[in-house]
Amino acid sequence: MSVVLEQIFQVGFLAAIIRIATPLAFATLGEMFSERAGVLNLGIEGIMLLSAMTGFTATSLSGSLWLGVLAAMLTGALMGAVHALFTVALGLSQHVCGIGVTLFSSGLAYFLYRLIFGQQSVPPSIKSFETLPIPVLSDIPVLGPAVFNQFSLVYMAMAAVPLAAFVLYRTPWGLSVRMVGENPRAADSAGVGVIATRFQAVILGGALMGLAGAFLSMVQFNAFTFGLVSGRGWVAIALVVFGRWDPWRSAGAALLFAFVDALQLRMQASGLGHIPYEAFLMLPFIFTIVAMAVMSRNAVAPSALLKPFRREER
Amino acid sequence: MFRLEARTSTPGWFNLALPLLAIGATLVLCSGLIALAGAGVIEAYGVMFSASLGDSYAITETLVRATPMIFTGLAVAVAFRAKFWNIGAEGQLLAGAVASCAVGAIPMPGPLAMLLMALAGAAAGAAVALVPATLRVKFRVDDVVSSLLLNSVIFYGLMALIEGPWKDSFSGYPISPPIEDSANFPVLLEGTRLHLGVVAAFLAAPVIWFLIARTTLGFRIRVVGENPEAARYGGIHVERVLISTALLSGALAGLAGVGEVGGVHFQVMSDISPGYGYSGIVVAMLARLNPLGVVPAALFLAAVMTGAEAMSRATGVPAFLSDVIQGTALLAMLVALLFTAYRVRRVGAAR
Repeated sequence: MSVVLEQIFQVGFLAAIIRIATPLAFATLGEMFSERAGVLNLGIEGIMLLSAMTGFTATSLSGSLWLGVLAAMLTGALMGAVHALFTVALGLSQHVCGIGVTLFSSGLAYFLYRLIFGQQSVPPSIKSFETLPIPVLSDIPVLGPAVFNQFSLVYMAMAAVPLAAFVLYRTPWGLSVRMVGENPRAADSAGVGVIATRFQAVILGGALMGLAGAFLSMVQFNAFTFGLVSGRGWVAIALVVFGRWDPWRSAGAALLFAFVDALQLRMQASGLGHIPYEAFLMLPFIFTIVAMAVMSRNAVAPSALLKPFRREER
Repeated sequence: MFRLEARTSTPGWFNLALPLLAIGATLVLCSGLIALAGAGVIEAYGVMFSASLGDSYAITETLVRATPMIFTGLAVAVAFRAKFWNIGAEGQLLAGAVASCAVGAIPMPGPLAMLLMALAGAAAGAAVALVPATLRVKFRVDDVVSSLLLNSVIFYGLMALIEGPWKDSFSGYPISPPIEDSANFPVLLEGTRLHLGVVAAFLAAPVIWFLIARTTLGFRIRVVGENPEAARYGGIHVERVLISTALLSGALAGLAGVGEVGGVHFQVMSDISPGYGYSGIVVAMLARLNPLGVVPAALFLAAVMTGAEAMSRATGVPAFLSDVIQGTALLAMLVALLFTAYRVRRVGAAR
């Protein structure tokens, strides 16, 4: 009996880690692409929220979950383009523009949600995805049900990590992204379109952030709520630093954070002594700050991060 | 043909023209959302204006609402001057509110209580701001990310207090016990909420302006922000200046919390700040980081916030419009700032 209980505990715990890590992995990869091209995107928090809203709305109006996912990705890409317009094309402060994009997107998300759904005592919800067990693999004890009996968006996140690494390190476009993030002058001399590449990377990053938002409103909560993102976007920015701007390491950082988060949820549920549950909620954030302090000495950001590129300024 | 040309200096009237241009563009852009909500644009903005600036009571409400944003706006302006990216004014405000509430609940003579509340709130805000500054100076941790993450930590800390030891055991609501009546900031105009903190905010702006523009510390803050290498070469201890800036910035944000506790709510609850810390960034940018400009910029945002609620009641346009206006105003101001760096010059058509 206790063996069975232990197994359920482990399966549930592992599954929780995977679920928490999924939106973070999308968001972290999105931010990583943007930063590898030299553009810090602090708009991530608002972009995730707005995408969560449009994805949820599209699904709830059309009944199609995948249409919702598509809407969220397009929203993210669009807001990425807006951020790129300000920071890449106009060369404005990436810090302040990012905050502006977050404030604007969050405000717009709440505004449109209230306009479409009105004020309801019970927030509207949608019927979410069913889990999709992968034959054979899902039969592996413990690991199988936790990892291979998941939602399709979770599998997409798992596939996104090697795909992102392949794109970044093994394709000509990935090389261009790394060049414009490290040395835009040299990239320009080599005939790489700095402005165009940066635009593309920030837009791709935005689409990934949109996927993160879609997962939150369409899988994790099945509803759009206020404070839905609650700092996950900021955490993703920290995880990129922690993951040293590498897809594999960033995904690893997302998993580690998810482990801490799942652990605190479990500790909350176990009613550990008289410790208030907020102490556990704080834990992942404090963990992230401490992790950054430990890692930042060795972390080497893309050299051209935060630096706008203007061709005529030679 | 037109050409962009780098500017070496900007005329003084730009300080006024650019924010007005940004605000004008914002209101035009956001009128699309009002139309989308099915309301008349003129009517909606009209209600917004009359409810925030239309009569003397409305004006006092706008002044009360502007007070925390003057403080957070000053906090951000000071920090950004040194390029210390303090996005943590929200958390520093909350820390200031908690500390002043704790002090205000202790029975003592009113004036002493108010003084100690202000000191405790400023100290708490400064202590919070010290964390990202220290992490940046000692560990090279990005101050933007650490100050943002710290906002969540402080918020959960506040929640732990009001859902734990401070919880109202009688009603069960997650609100702190009220501060002593004697510690309530005096109301300046009978029948309004205009409190002493409003005056303090309006006095703080010229004081901070003087500090930035005319003192050695202010000079150091500006040099460190504009050119840290030159500052170091010139014998300025850059790290020490960053820490001082953080303490000053955090203290100002903490005072925003003090005003809300002492003058408006008299206790602490989870929604004591509807994002005043983030609004401070918008205020500071609209003011072009000039402490004197912070006051009108904060008044504009306060009018929008106060007016948006009345507009929502009258026309059904969601009050969240005020949040969209804030974000749009920040982006519009950034674009408007391009005019300070470049000018559009007409060049001859012939090659």
